[in-house]
Amino acid sequence: MAKRIDVSGLTAYYGNHKAIDDISMTIEPRSVTAFIGPSGCGKSTFLRTLNRMHEVTPGGRVEGKVMLDDENLYAVGVDPVAVRRTVGMVFQRPNPFPTMSIYDNVAAGLRLNGTAKKQDLDTIVEKSLKGANLWNEVKDRLSKPGAGLSGGQQQRLCIARAIAVEPKVLLMDEPCSALDPISTLAVEDLIGELKERFTIVIVTHNMQQAARVSDRTAFFNLAGVGQPGKLVEIDDTERIFSNPSVQATEDYISGRFG
Amino acid sequence: MSDATTESASTTAPEPSLLTRRRLPRWAPAGIGVASVALGVGIGVATGLSSRLQWGLIALLLFIGLTYVITARVEGRHQAKDRVATSLVWACFMVAVVPLYSLLQTTIAKGIKVLDGNFLTHSMGGVITMMPGGGVYHAIIGTLEQVGLASLIAVPIGLLTAVYLVEYGRGKLAKVVTFFVDVMTGVPSIVAGLFILSFWIIILGFGFSGFAGSLALAILMMPVVVRSTEEMLKLVPNELREASLALGVPKWRTILKVVLPTSIGGIMTGIMLAVARIAGETAPVLLLVFGNQLINNNPFSGAQSSLPYYVFEQYSNGNDASYNRAWAAALVLIGFVMILNLVARAIARWKAPRTGR
Repeated sequence: MAKRIDVSGLTAYYGNHKAIDDISMTIEPRSVTAFIGPSGCGKSTFLRTLNRMHEVTPGGRVEGKVMLDDENLYAVGVDPVAVRRTVGMVFQRPNPFPTMSIYDNVAAGLRLNGTAKKQDLDTIVEKSLKGANLWNEVKDRLSKPGAGLSGGQQQRLCIARAIAVEPKVLLMDEPCSALDPISTLAVEDLIGELKERFTIVIVTHNMQQAARVSDRTAFFNLAGVGQPGKLVEIDDTERIFSNPSVQATEDYISGRFG
Repeated sequence: MSDATTESASTTAPEPSLLTRRRLPRWAPAGIGVASVALGVGIGVATGLSSRLQWGLIALLLFIGLTYVITARVEGRHQAKDRVATSLVWACFMVAVVPLYSLLQTTIAKGIKVLDGNFLTHSMGGVITMMPGGGVYHAIIGTLEQVGLASLIAVPIGLLTAVYLVEYGRGKLAKVVTFFVDVMTGVPSIVAGLFILSFWIIILGFGFSGFAGSLALAILMMPVVVRSTEEMLKLVPNELREASLALGVPKWRTILKVVLPTSIGGIMTGIMLAVARIAGETAPVLLLVFGNQLINNNPFSGAQSSLPYYVFEQYSNGNDASYNRAWAAALVLIGFVMILNLVARAIARWKAPRTGR
């Protein structure tokens, strides 16, 4: 089921540019961990190193270790495709496949991997859409194009698509930044339910959101423009927002900079 | 529209409004257009200019000039420039459409004379060139087979090259490939024909055949397919690729099941345009397929004909019966290309990503 992530000494580059420097942290299973910090501090880059999506960007490479329970994602012989099947991802902008219906979008991961049997598919699609709190809104129009849904519904469709392949960990890169408050609430509620089954990591610019949904919060910062991003601290969300141990965190959270 | 605004302005606000300006009525551009055409014709008749083209040009210049002068008086210089730009666009559109219309009209008028079922189903076998009769059946067969074979060769290679360039190509090799595709785009058709002639027929010793022609046509078609497919693939948002990769789908499957289906409409259009382009090529057919009066269904052996070659051949015969056949064949060729274009559009519309709710 849900897995623990143990990162040690992780450094990521874009070509020669060092984007994040020497990050170590532990992410507990069945919990929500939020990453906060100013733009460009490497939150998203770090998130993308957790399922080897970072190397999809031309010039992207990584040093260090990411342990998923007791397997290193960056060990020799690890197949990035298998990693991404275990560690799912939801992106900032909803990106349903435009050529596919709602049903096909949810089934996409299983179909494209060729792992699903026809009769199981219906059950999995229904379960995933229910899991993403979207079933009631779309059950009568599963064959309609996914791109025809509203932004908030599309994002939940993308979440359904991500959880349909039964990952162990779900990474979310600012999943609500393109959504209105009501859709945001729907997604946040969903996160609360999903953490029973998955390990969830969420990047957000919205500190109230981090405070609402997460159990633990990591604050990232960078020393200056062009400098690599660093992890300042990671702690229980309550502590980060009430009594952080580093002054910079308190400054950021109280809006004194950033 | 302007009447309504001035009226409401005068009843509600006695002082001049900050937001409304004096405007020409909506029919003004059309009115100026009609007036300048009438003036152009009048001047043409009065001064005895024989060419209708001169009448048209005068009308065009009058249209732009009048638009500027009238708008400048009523609406001010700023608006006048805007209107002149708009009328220039319209004028350029007309200038582009007139030759196209004229070409179609001429071809239809001259081609329809002998175009009938008999013409489409018979070859030139046993027909005396001076006499009416005969048809394009052998040329249609030739064009279909040569273009079909050329597409069979060029489309897979072109598609895969484009996929390589967009999805995999990094560094030196991709740059080299792009460079050669650019160079190939500029290769004149006669050069492609000469290359196949010296390579396939002279060095390797194969005879004239439809297939030799399709080899040259494939050379002409390939860069067009690569270029258009490349542009279409680049239009596919990166987020879709990432979404698929993040689901744990391997890259090749992502390309096959997500990237290509998303762009298939545009790719098909590009391919059809490339087909249309090579369907009208005469030079390689002249050199490699040799031309034939008779039906030859086998593209791999023996001389064939093709529609553009047939037009060329008939026209060089230099008598009325042949001219009529040439025009009719030209009409058939235009029809063929047009049908291809319609098919491409239909496919593009049918396959385009749907957004309906």
